[in-house]
Amino acid sequence: MSDTLPPLKPNEKLDIAALLDGIEHYHPRRFGWHWRTKVADQRLYEFTYRETSEGLKNSIPLPAAHYFDNIDPQPDCVVTTEIASGRFEDDIRRMRMAAWHGADHMMVIRTAGQSHIDGLLEGTPEGVGGIAVTRKQCRVTRRALDLIEDEVGRPINFHSYVSGVAGPEIAVMFAEEGVNGAHQDPQYNILYRNINMYRSFVDAAVAKRIMRSVRMLQIDGAHNANATAVKAWKVMPELLVQHAINCAFSVAVGMPKEDIALSTVPPDAAPAPCMRMDLPYAVALRDLFGGYKLRAQQNTRYMESDARDATVSHVMNLMISRLTSADIQSTITPDEGRNVPWHYNNVHAVNTAKQSLIGMDGLREMVKVDRENAELRDRVRELKERAVLFLEAMVADGGYFAGVEEAYFVDSGEYPETNDDGIRRFADGGLCANTIVERADDYLAPVCHHFGVNHLPRGVEKPCHVIGGCTLCDREKVPFIDELDPEDNVNVRLARTAELREKGLVKPEVEWAGDGIVAVTMFLPASERIAEAAALELGRAMNLIDPKVIHKQVMHPAEGTLVEIKGCLNVAIDPSTLVITEPAPVLSDEEIREFVAEKNLRCVAATVGMDEHSVGMLEIIDIKHGGLEKWGFTCTYLGTSVAVEKVLDAAIEHAASVVLISTIITHGDMHRTNMEKLADLAVEKGVRGKLLLIAGGTQVTDEQAKGWGMDAGFGRRTKGIDVASFIVKTMRERGM
Amino acid sequence: MVREDTFEHAHQYLSGLTDEELKMRFWELAQEIVDPLVELARTHTSPSIERSVLMRMGIDSQTCGAVVGECETRGLLGHGAGHVVLVCMQAWGVDAPAAAKRLAGGEGWDTVDAKWASAQ
Repeated sequence: MSDTLPPLKPNEKLDIAALLDGIEHYHPRRFGWHWRTKVADQRLYEFTYRETSEGLKNSIPLPAAHYFDNIDPQPDCVVTTEIASGRFEDDIRRMRMAAWHGADHMMVIRTAGQSHIDGLLEGTPEGVGGIAVTRKQCRVTRRALDLIEDEVGRPINFHSYVSGVAGPEIAVMFAEEGVNGAHQDPQYNILYRNINMYRSFVDAAVAKRIMRSVRMLQIDGAHNANATAVKAWKVMPELLVQHAINCAFSVAVGMPKEDIALSTVPPDAAPAPCMRMDLPYAVALRDLFGGYKLRAQQNTRYMESDARDATVSHVMNLMISRLTSADIQSTITPDEGRNVPWHYNNVHAVNTAKQSLIGMDGLREMVKVDRENAELRDRVRELKERAVLFLEAMVADGGYFAGVEEAYFVDSGEYPETNDDGIRRFADGGLCANTIVERADDYLAPVCHHFGVNHLPRGVEKPCHVIGGCTLCDREKVPFIDELDPEDNVNVRLARTAELREKGLVKPEVEWAGDGIVAVTMFLPASERIAEAAALELGRAMNLIDPKVIHKQVMHPAEGTLVEIKGCLNVAIDPSTLVITEPAPVLSDEEIREFVAEKNLRCVAATVGMDEHSVGMLEIIDIKHGGLEKWGFTCTYLGTSVAVEKVLDAAIEHAASVVLISTIITHGDMHRTNMEKLADLAVEKGVRGKLLLIAGGTQVTDEQAKGWGMDAGFGRRTKGIDVASFIVKTMRERGM
Repeated sequence: MVREDTFEHAHQYLSGLTDEELKMRFWELAQEIVDPLVELARTHTSPSIERSVLMRMGIDSQTCGAVVGECETRGLLGHGAGHVVLVCMQAWGVDAPAAAKRLAGGEGWDTVDAKWASAQ
């Protein structure tokens, strides 16, 4: 059954109430993972791309795209964003924003502690650092993503976690609800969640088999070893081992290789010479794991609170992806080092990936990894050999479980070096120890896609025929439980922010609707500790509730410190009270051309003051850029750093009706002086009435320019058509 | 155990292997490691696995929890919780969700116990 909700409109917000309405009857419309459709040698604007995929119907291109006919080329690999607001109703708005910027893999982080819950959660309770993953949350999210993928014109993969002590159940629920990808790696349970090792592997086999039934993509958990390692550059042999264990186990229980993705991350970061250290690892990994998919994750191990620093690390990670390969490019928000990611930082991270991948498009054809380079070759070989030694020792010591008992994993030494500080777990320890049971001689599970011993009655064609069908074969059999907690649910949360939505009020937010959080950046000429305390006091002076320092960086021990604070600004704005000037409508090309021809309009243009910028002015007048010449204006450009007197003399000499000056905003108010001087001179020479005086520049505003004697001011993003329309309209009004 | 980096010594016998042979060795060892894990999984079950069976039978999560909990208590997990529900479906002539609901409400356990008690 397809859904009945109307398509989204780009100028309307997601309607959460409509998404919740009738959710008990919704069925996912497709299952399994979707890879982007690659386009060979794609032509966009004046360029040819080597590593891109089909474009989007609706999207927001990179900031500079307006110079390039607004193209928004999409890289060949899937791009992930990790979403962790703790409230699905806010997650889905964030997903829509990320999708418009190019994300097609929504990885929903689970609430802290869910992996230790022995069973499924239901309803829509609020999570901490992630969402409580439930059937209702998955279903509403998938329903929203159906609409969002139609809006952007590309299928979107929905992803979460089949881990913890309820893995098989979560796998069933995900398979039923159209979840497209999931983390599944029993080693993650054991090492990082201290769940019993036997239980983890026994559960994992069934969970993986269920994932296979809908071709859900699996991502492993090896990157966690990197995030946990004392010295990340020492953990590479072990990472290869962890990947191998999950891959070999997954294949053995029936998963196709192409549905298995390795979660791999360049382990290091500057100031280490990280790319030279991490490239051999990336190469070794790809040598050993051909046939599997690679999900390139970004480094979190060395992330601090500085978003700039994190972004540079991630761009270096992206370069490794481009020089080697990546089927999925994951992104980490640049603020993950300081708080639960804010939604605009999801968008920033997606754009960092898109910008870098597109910027490096086809680079590998010119810049190749030099496999013959001795350092690279030797290190690649060494990493593989160290991994083999690791595996051999584990076999000799009695296998995987014995190895974990011996604390083989996440040791700070580079194997075979060990420091005896790895994570140690015991076979009879951990959560849910002693809970696995041997299957009896008559063990029976009358359902499909079950792994392991199963004594089905003789002659049964399909396991679920015994019971008249299972949920994986007949979706109508999937049960739905609504809210169980009358206080902790989406309806109660939505009621709290109802006024904002109903009245269309505007309140700042970073994570949840109406959270009121704003960030303020300030440079304070003080030492670190004083600056920090002063920043908080300044935050309070700005009426911020509960201000907190989220980042600081010493510029100089005595001269000053950069501080970023966040706080709650409990103010909502009613847009109906705002005075918003509508942009002036532009005239048709025809209308302008006729008027210009009739009046034989001429203009004189110059960059005034001590300013050498000419690009902005040329954009306005040059025919090549759709400037005034396009409609027949005769334009004389006098150049840069021209004195105002000269401009006016030239206008008189050329019998011009329009004077255009371009100026940057200066500390000494030279821009104001120049505008006033031009206006005064025109009056003195008796030509003010015959001239339109127009000033432009990135910081110029119409209001200010008029105040300083101009007829108009034009700022950033002005096009020739805006200026031409103004000239024609004003000359008509004034009967010039 | 703390051990110095013995790589220089330890890897020497691997140096005779080609890259392709080294890769084969890597995967042979990985397979050797996972074989017993797969066998363990093939022959064992767990409460979560049994709840996942009941879920696939169309039973809601809360009822799954109640039925599997009772199966654990009565030592029936090794026969399969789905098997337990199936026995009651057949005895009562109802579908899986209805049988599980009644089991969760405390009905039918004597029937179930009788079956496996006699088998033992």
